[in-house]
Amino acid sequence: MLLRTDVFRHLRRWAPVLPLLVLLAGACSPDHYPQTALRPLSDFAKIGDDIQTKTFYWALGVFVLVEGALLYAVFRFRGRPTDAEPRQIHGNTVVEIIWTVIPALILAAIAVPTVKGIFQTSAIPTGDVLNVQVVGHQWWWEFRYPDLNITTANELHIPVGQTVSLRMGTADVVHSFWPPRLAGKRDVFPNRETRLWFKAEAAGEYPGQCGEFCGIQHGRMAFRVRAQTPEEFQAWAAHMQTLGPKPAKAAEAAPPAESVRTASAGAAVQAPQKPEPGKGAQPTAAGRDSAAAPAQPQDPAYAAGEKLFAAKGCIGCHSLNAVDPPKGLIGPNLANVGARSYIGAGSFKNTDENLARWIQNPQALKVGVLMPNLGVTPAEAKSLVAYLRAHQ
Amino acid sequence: MATTALDQQRAHAAAGHAEPTGLWSWLTTVDHKRIGILYGTTAFLFFLLGGIEALLLRIQLGSPNSTFLTPETYNQLFTMHGTTMIFLGIMPLSSMFFNFMIPLQIGARDVAFPRLNAFSYWVFLLGGLFLNVSWLFGAAPDTGWFGYANLTSRQYSPGMHVDFWMLGLQILGIASLAAAVNFFVTILNMRAPGMKLMRMPMFTWMSFITQILLLLAFPVITVALILLMFDRFFGTHFYVPSGGGDPLLWQHLFWIFGHPEVYILILPAFGIASEVLPVFSRKPLFGYAAMVFSGAFIAFLGFGVWAHHMFATGMGPIPDTFFSLTTMLIAIPTGVKIFNWMGTVWGGSIQYRVPMYFALAFIAMFIIGGLSGVMHASPPADLQQTDTYFVVAHFHYVMFGGSIFALTAGGYYWFPKMFGRMLDERLGKLHFWLMLLGFNLTFFPMHILGLNGMPRRVYTYPEGLGFETLNRLETVGAFILGFSFLIFVINIIKTMRGPRNAPADPWNGATLEWSIPSPPQEWNFAEIPVVHGRDALWETKRASGGTLPEPPRVSGQGIHLPHPSYWPVVAAIGIAGIMTGVMASPHLGPWGIIAGGLILFIGVFNWVFEPAG
Repeated sequence: MLLRTDVFRHLRRWAPVLPLLVLLAGACSPDHYPQTALRPLSDFAKIGDDIQTKTFYWALGVFVLVEGALLYAVFRFRGRPTDAEPRQIHGNTVVEIIWTVIPALILAAIAVPTVKGIFQTSAIPTGDVLNVQVVGHQWWWEFRYPDLNITTANELHIPVGQTVSLRMGTADVVHSFWPPRLAGKRDVFPNRETRLWFKAEAAGEYPGQCGEFCGIQHGRMAFRVRAQTPEEFQAWAAHMQTLGPKPAKAAEAAPPAESVRTASAGAAVQAPQKPEPGKGAQPTAAGRDSAAAPAQPQDPAYAAGEKLFAAKGCIGCHSLNAVDPPKGLIGPNLANVGARSYIGAGSFKNTDENLARWIQNPQALKVGVLMPNLGVTPAEAKSLVAYLRAHQ
Repeated sequence: MATTALDQQRAHAAAGHAEPTGLWSWLTTVDHKRIGILYGTTAFLFFLLGGIEALLLRIQLGSPNSTFLTPETYNQLFTMHGTTMIFLGIMPLSSMFFNFMIPLQIGARDVAFPRLNAFSYWVFLLGGLFLNVSWLFGAAPDTGWFGYANLTSRQYSPGMHVDFWMLGLQILGIASLAAAVNFFVTILNMRAPGMKLMRMPMFTWMSFITQILLLLAFPVITVALILLMFDRFFGTHFYVPSGGGDPLLWQHLFWIFGHPEVYILILPAFGIASEVLPVFSRKPLFGYAAMVFSGAFIAFLGFGVWAHHMFATGMGPIPDTFFSLTTMLIAIPTGVKIFNWMGTVWGGSIQYRVPMYFALAFIAMFIIGGLSGVMHASPPADLQQTDTYFVVAHFHYVMFGGSIFALTAGGYYWFPKMFGRMLDERLGKLHFWLMLLGFNLTFFPMHILGLNGMPRRVYTYPEGLGFETLNRLETVGAFILGFSFLIFVINIIKTMRGPRNAPADPWNGATLEWSIPSPPQEWNFAEIPVVHGRDALWETKRASGGTLPEPPRVSGQGIHLPHPSYWPVVAAIGIAGIMTGVMASPHLGPWGIIAGGLILFIGVFNWVFEPAG
C-alpha cells in the first residue's frame, strides 16, 4: 500500500515531463519528417534501407548486450580502497578467441547483403527508362529530358512506375544529388558523369537537397521531386514542349504520347532565340490546356513584366523556354516557374509576395546567390510577378 | 596548511638545484615536461575556442531559418570548428601526454631530440595562430576541414580564406612530422634497461603506433596541399577540370591522409583508457598482447579504408566492395579492444575516482560510435547516411565520446603528476555528469535527424521538414556540455591556487611515472630504473610488501641535462615567416619568403652548432 502511494507520488512528480516525452517520441518517428530516408518509396532506396535495417538490428543487439554487460560490471564490481586485491587475471585465450570470432560472424552476415546491394545499385538499368540529365549549379538544380527535349529547374517531374535513369554532372563545383525518399546520394562532378536510377512507387511531392558542401548557399540548394501518374506526367511533358521558341501547332491535334515526339522535333528545328513571339502565340496553347498560361497577354502588368524581363537583364541568365533553351545559362530555367511550389531552389514558397521580394532583393533572401540586386521597384516587381506567374 | 611535509621536502631539494622560472625559461625550455605543459595549455585554449565556435553553430541551428549567423560566418565557423578540434585540440592534447608521459613511462630523462621537441611545439603554436589570425582579416577558412576541390580553386574561392587554411595546415604538418620522428626514436631508443617492447605501458604502445601513422599519413596531406598551393598560386590544374585536372584526386589524397588521421586522434585515447582502467580496477590490463596487436592491426587497416568516405562518388562496384569489406574488418580489432577493456574491469575492485568515471563512459560512448560506424560501412546504406547528421553523430561519438572522454580521463589521472596537485573530486564528478548528459543530449538526436534527412554543413533549414524540435534539444545539450567544461576550468584554477598536495603515487599506479615525485624533478629519474616486467611499479610494490615510501626529492647534482635553447623558436618563426610571405601580396611576398627562409636558416645553423651545454 505504502509502496503504491510512493510510486504514484513519483509518477506525479514526473507528470510535467510527460508532454515533453510525447513531443520527443513524435520527433523520433520518421513520419514527422517529409525528407526522411526511413520511408523509402523506390526500388533503389529500398535496397539500401533493407541493409540498413538489418545492420541496425545487429547493432542494436550488440549494443544491448555489451552496454548491459558494462553496466553490470560497473555496479557489480564496485570496490573500496580497503578491499583485498582482486584476482590478477592477465587474459584468457579461449574467451579472447570467442569475442574475435563472434563479431566476425556478425560482420559476415552484414557483408553478404551489402555486396549484393552494391552490385544491385551499381547496375545501370536499360529498357523502358526515362532518361534525365541532372546538372548541379551553384546553388540550384537543372533537369534536362533529352528524349523529350525539355528542360526545367529545381522540380524534377517523373512518372510513377517507370525507372528514371539519371546521368549527372555539374556546371561548376562538386555537388551531391539527394532525394532521400527515392535514392541515396550521388555526387556530381565537372569532369565525369555519375549515374543514379530509381523507380518511384507512389505519386507525391518529395523534397531533396544537395548533399555535398558547395559554397556559401549549400544550405539552400534544395529541390522537389514530383512523382506523377504516367498520364499526368505525359500531360506535363506535352505541355512543357509547347513552351519553346515557337510552340508547335501540331501539339493540339495529336494524342499526348505522340505530341511528345512531334513537339520536340518541331521545336528542335525552330530558331532557338526570340522567345517573345512564342509568347504571343500563347493563347492557342492555352485554349488546349486550361492550366497553361491563360489569356494573360491582355493584362497590362503582364505586358509591362515582359518588357522588364528583357530591360532588367533577367533574360541574360534565365530562359523562359522549356524547349531548346540556350546552353550555359547560370540562372535556373523559368519556363514553368509560375507552377512551381518553391522558388530560390526549394528555399521559399512560391507565393506572389515571396516572388516579388526575391525579384527586388535576392541577396537579402539568399546571401551570396549569383543573382544580383537589379534595382527593381515594388511596382516593377509586381509586373514581373504577373509575367512570371503566367509561365505555368 | 600550505606547508605540508611534501613542501618542506621540496624546499630542501630546491636548495640544491633550483629550477629556472620566468618567461625566458619557458621560451627556451627543452624539458619534455614543460613542453608537454605548453602543448596542453595551448591545446586546451584552442579546444575551448573550438567549443565556443560550436556553441555559435548550435545557436544558429537552434531554430529554423535563423539569421543569428550569416551563411558566410556559419561556413567559416564550421570549417574552423573542425580544423581547430582536430589539429589544434585533440592532436596536441594527445601531444601533451606524449611529451609529459612517454619519457616517464619508459624510464628516460628526456626525449631523443629535446630541441626538436621544442621546435615542434613552437611551430604548432605559430600554425594555430596563423590559422586563427584569418578571423582578423575576415578571411577565416570556409570550405570545410576537408576542403574539397574544386570548390577550393581560385575561381570558386577567391580571397585568402583557403590560403590561410592550406598554409596553416602545412605549418601544423611540419610540427606533427617533427614530433612524430622524435617520439618514434624516443620510444625505440630511450627505454630503461629491461623495458622490452612487450613490457611497455599501453599508452606508450598506442602512442608509438600513432607516431607511425603520423609519419606515413602526413606526407600525403603535405603533397595534396602543395598541389593545391600550386593550383591557387601558380595556375596549375591538378584539381581543376578545365585544365585537365581532377577534383576527385583531392578526395583520394585527402582521405588517404584523413582516415589514418582518425586513428591518430583515437589511438592515444585507447592508450589512456588502457592505463586508467587497470589502475582503478586494481587488475592488470586484460589481454595485453591482443591489445598491442589489435592496435597495430587497426592502424594497418586504417590505410586501406579511405574511400569509404567516398561511396557517394560512384566509384563502381569493385572498389565499393573492397572498401566496404576492409572497413567492416576494422570492427573486429576494435571490438577486441572494447572486450578487453571490459575484461579488465570484470572481476576487479573498481575504485570510483574521477578518472575512472571518464574512462568507463569512454567505453560506453565509444561503443555507440563504433556501431554506427559499422552501419555506414555498407555502401547502399551509406548513400543515405553520408553527409547527414547521422555521420556528425557518429564521429562525435568517436571523437568526443571516444577521444575527449579518454583525454579528460587522462587529464584527471595525470594532473597530480604534472602539477603536483589533486583536482577536486566533487567538481570533477559534477563535470563528468554534466558532460555525459550534455554530450548525449547534443549528439544522440543527430542520429535521428540524419536518418530523417537533415544534411550536414547547412547553415539553416526550413520549417516543415520536422527538424526543429530535436535541433532545439541539441542546442540545449550543447550549452550543458559547454557548462561542464566551465566547471572543469574552475576546478583547474581552484586547484592551481591551492597547495601542492599530491603524493608521488596517489592512485596506486602501475607504471614508472608514479615512482617519482609529483611533479617530477627536471631529470625525472635520479637513477634510471631497471624494469623486470609489465606494470613495473606494481611489481616493485609487490616485492616490497605493498607500498613504497614517498620518493625523496634529490639535488640532481651531476645529472647531465640538455641546455636550454632559443634557436628552435627562431627556426619556428622562420617557417611561419615563409608561409606568411606566401600569403602576402605579390610585391611583398617574395621578400617575406626570403626573410623567413633566412631566419629559418640562421635558426637551424645555430641550433646545429650550439654547444651541447
